Amino acid sequence: MKILVAVKRVIDYNVQIRVKEDGSGVVTDNVKMSTNPPDDNAIEEAVKLKEAGKASEVIAVSVGDEKAQETVRKALAVGADRGILVKTEGMIEPLAVSKILFKIVEKEKPDLVFMGKQAIDDDCNQTGQMLAALLHWPQATFASKIEVKDKSLEVTREVDEGLETIEVNTPAIITCDLRLNEPRYASLPNIMKAKKKPIEQINASDLSVDTKPRIEQIKVEEPPKRKAGIKVASVEELVQKLKNEAKVI
Amino acid sequence: MSVLLISEHNNKEVKPFTFNAISAASQINEDVHVLVLGSNSENVVKSISEVPNVKKVIHVDNSMYENYLAENYTSAITKISENYSHIICSANTFGKNLMPRIAALLDVSQVSDITKVISEDTFLRPIYAGNAFATVKSNDRIKCVTIRPTSFDPAPTSGGSAEIETGNPGDETSLSKFIKKEEIKSDRPELGTARVVISGGRGMQSGENFKLITAVADKLNAAIGASRAAVDAGYITNDHQVGQTGKVVVPDLYIAVGISGAIQHLAGMKESKVIVAINKDGEAPIFSVADYGLEADLFDALPKFLEELNKLNTIQK
Repeated sequence: MKILVAVKRVIDYNVQIRVKEDGSGVVTDNVKMSTNPPDDNAIEEAVKLKEAGKASEVIAVSVGDEKAQETVRKALAVGADRGILVKTEGMIEPLAVSKILFKIVEKEKPDLVFMGKQAIDDDCNQTGQMLAALLHWPQATFASKIEVKDKSLEVTREVDEGLETIEVNTPAIITCDLRLNEPRYASLPNIMKAKKKPIEQINASDLSVDTKPRIEQIKVEEPPKRKAGIKVASVEELVQKLKNEAKVI
Repeated sequence: MSVLLISEHNNKEVKPFTFNAISAASQINEDVHVLVLGSNSENVVKSISEVPNVKKVIHVDNSMYENYLAENYTSAITKISENYSHIICSANTFGKNLMPRIAALLDVSQVSDITKVISEDTFLRPIYAGNAFATVKSNDRIKCVTIRPTSFDPAPTSGGSAEIETGNPGDETSLSKFIKKEEIKSDRPELGTARVVISGGRGMQSGENFKLITAVADKLNAAIGASRAAVDAGYITNDHQVGQTGKVVVPDLYIAVGISGAIQHLAGMKESKVIVAINKDGEAPIFSVADYGLEADLFDALPKFLEELNKLNTIQK
């Protein structure tokens, strides 16, 4: 069983975001970048399936600029066998990413595609579902547990009401929740080994995919600031303020 | 052109966020049609037809819609999409799962999780966990939009009498199968719509200690929330998680107990009207968004808080 895992390079989750003064976006120059956190869970799950003898090959793919190679390389360092970087320029929407991944799936013919449930930069939560639609494959989104069966997977999904379990036939798309597993750190020897693993570079423009944005980003602004609150000295004062000043209890 | 809203329900009752989505839809265009895909879902159709903002209910009743599976829902929607300028649903796990599948088949770039309708093609949406807001304009011929339910008031639920039309089922697929849903039943208000929410974080130290939170929640008729750290540590189930990858809540009063206030948690609660933080670390980032901060050990403060609440003659419910 072959697993393709899509990984995205995003601003590190610990970085305090700054909006550009001209309103054209957020500052990304000299900002720490990392793998989108739930994409780490996606890689981890694929590598675990390989270690358990249930997967034969794990391929990491990223769609982005030249530097997204680092993100692919990190996936190789934690156990992916080889990488693919699809190079794009400028903003690229989830619809275009899913069309690019469609082409990669056509070429690689994986049995499963894993990715994070959402990217923490644009917070779109679309790519996996879109790719599933284009391929006419089933989708299991927000997965917190995956059990491999003969020609299907049983997946537990984190939904608003609690947990839902569904069975999806393979091939399938799984989008991973942060609680699916605990991603490992890359060891130094594995980081060194990863440098020798191949990364195939493809230009998105060679895939005959329409990647032109359909959505115009008119402006990006800072959120309205909350006005500073106060510290109260005691529980009594807190209750009194909530009752008489804020009038919420 | 009209707006098509995809309802969320359990075949008996309409899920509350559907009403928030209806009010967002009617801000885009007054001609709101609601699609009900269900099995023995007459009650749902009846309730929605009584919403004054709704002009038409399209009812498709078929056993394949007994449980919600995006694979089965999609084709019934794409088949009628050409009659509409917009397709809308709420950006909860229901809509997040469904809408991109529709959008991709229509070759539309979806606009996710909007918090404001600026015009029929321009919307405001949070990015980077709400640390920035983007104004975006969709240039697709059909606009697929999911709305953040807590940013729109629910539509009134009575007084209307919308036309009811029977629609055609889509294609049934055997790609996926529903097995079970473990729903946590509770007498408390729902987290997403509660007037008061009290949440616990890693500082709670154990699931057992959440009883301190429960006691206060009982008194205030509050919903119980949690930070991701508390859920990951197994103190409480995932349906309580507030934050970027959990639920977004906008209560009148949000009480954060033993929560440091990571960016990802703030994303889910910082629009609350009044925020209280109880934390023994005076430098915790949660204090930067709190209206009232109490620097104290929660194990002393929570019992005392309950005691003080008990002294009050009246408490708003």
